[in-house]
Amino acid sequence: MIVAEKKPVEEIIEFIKEDKKILILGCNECVTVCEAGGKKEVGILASTLRMYFLNQGKEVKIDEITLERQCDHEYLEEIRDVADTYDAIVSLACGVGVQFMAEKYHSVPIYPGVNTCFLGATEERGLWTERCQACGNCMLGITGGICPVSRCAKRLLNGPCGGSSKGKCEISKDIDCAWQLIIDRLKALGRLEDYEKVCSIKDWSTDRAGGPRKVVREDVQI
Amino acid sequence: MSVKTPSKLEKILTEGHLAVTSECGPPRGSDPNAVIEKANLIKNHVDAINVTDNQTSVTRMSSLAACIHLKQMGVEPILQMVTRDKNRIAIQSDILGAASFDIFNMLCLSGDHQSFGDCPQGQNVHDLDSMQLLQTVHLMRDEGKFLGGADIKRPPKLFVGAAANPFADPFEIRVPRLAKKIACGAEFIQTQCIYNVDKFEEWMKQVCDRGLHEQTYILAGVTPLKSAGMAKFMKNRVPGMDVPDDVIKRMVDTPKEKQPEEGINICIETIERLKSVEGVKGFHIMAIEWEEKVPGIVERAGLYPRPKIEAEN
Repeated sequence: MIVAEKKPVEEIIEFIKEDKKILILGCNECVTVCEAGGKKEVGILASTLRMYFLNQGKEVKIDEITLERQCDHEYLEEIRDVADTYDAIVSLACGVGVQFMAEKYHSVPIYPGVNTCFLGATEERGLWTERCQACGNCMLGITGGICPVSRCAKRLLNGPCGGSSKGKCEISKDIDCAWQLIIDRLKALGRLEDYEKVCSIKDWSTDRAGGPRKVVREDVQI
Repeated sequence: MSVKTPSKLEKILTEGHLAVTSECGPPRGSDPNAVIEKANLIKNHVDAINVTDNQTSVTRMSSLAACIHLKQMGVEPILQMVTRDKNRIAIQSDILGAASFDIFNMLCLSGDHQSFGDCPQGQNVHDLDSMQLLQTVHLMRDEGKFLGGADIKRPPKLFVGAAANPFADPFEIRVPRLAKKIACGAEFIQTQCIYNVDKFEEWMKQVCDRGLHEQTYILAGVTPLKSAGMAKFMKNRVPGMDVPDDVIKRMVDTPKEKQPEEGINICIETIERLKSVEGVKGFHIMAIEWEEKVPGIVERAGLYPRPKIEAEN
């Protein structure tokens, strides 16, 4: 899923401090799972902002809506009738949702309420970690199911650097060395000799480097 | 192994001499004398000088520019290049730039992570990794081709090497990793600083068991310790560095004013012991901001005078 974290409320206030009618718009997908932008977080942010404006002596109306998804036309249409009645909308969806909203509703400013962080997994409650950088050319089949592109700080494709120490990355004792994990996994699979296969120069044109990406599937287009 | 380039370092190794290399870190400024003065301190006692590439991710004068200063004073440079800061276009471009000044040696590295340096908020590139950089140099040199497939007019002639750290984890792939670097074309290897000689010998034994010592020239890395504080710092703070407790104790038990001398003694004893390790073909002496001590170390370790082989220009 896409992992996000809440923006500092001060940053959000800077966007909307002059507005009189504000919508806080949550998303029921990834940001709900990572507890950054679901219905619960919409409620918390709305309450915080109400308190702020009350303390400022300002009368501001703050509404709360959480959509099923903000990356889908169908669900964004649900606020068609009300969107233009707001001075500002704070979207707690990932960057995709914020942009899709802005593309659809032109006359009202849409502000991001979260920072979109990475593609990751919930390791445990309150701990999310990165697993994928969407390079567009998956190599997990040859690395024992562990991704060196997203999990090695130098995205090295041919093994650990000299800084791998006791299973940890040179940049932090809190980060596993991806190549230690790959070696352990290859060993468990009885495929350690695969390590010596050289991974040749990667085609990064399917990555961010190739420009904004698009997937077209004519077979499923209507 | 036959000579493939005009490199003096390659000739010395091919002729069976124990090679001696050292290194110069370029300055945090544009004064060429900072490079020239360091090189003058050591040039008569070493065969070639590595020029580091923004080591520890701290911004410095470019390695290539500093190499050119060395070349112009008649010293043989080893261009270090890390994959952290440049994409494949810039890498190939700098290789051609180096070749245009007849720089004949290059060391391919991935580089420390930028979070250690003065620009922790910067991007890292790693379009290639160190092994793919080795492959790139070979493609350019041996086939006269760019990565894009076009022919190179006057291809580079670079004796190409890589680093190896026998002390990093996971230990079981440290020898396979060397094999992989050799498969990618590493003609010489400079190792991480050796303080734990027992562990280095264990690694070298595995290297020799696989016959890898006959496929590349391994230069053992040594760094003299200046103080007990430096020894502890290396042990505790430098990733991938193995400083055994007996070395630390020896430094700590030495009075402070005698510690630099003791550090040099340890370095010379290490070189003496490594000379008899099968597969060691030379030494890479990294005297960090202590270049003036290199001549004494080389002389006391019985590695002076250096073989007289004229560099081709």
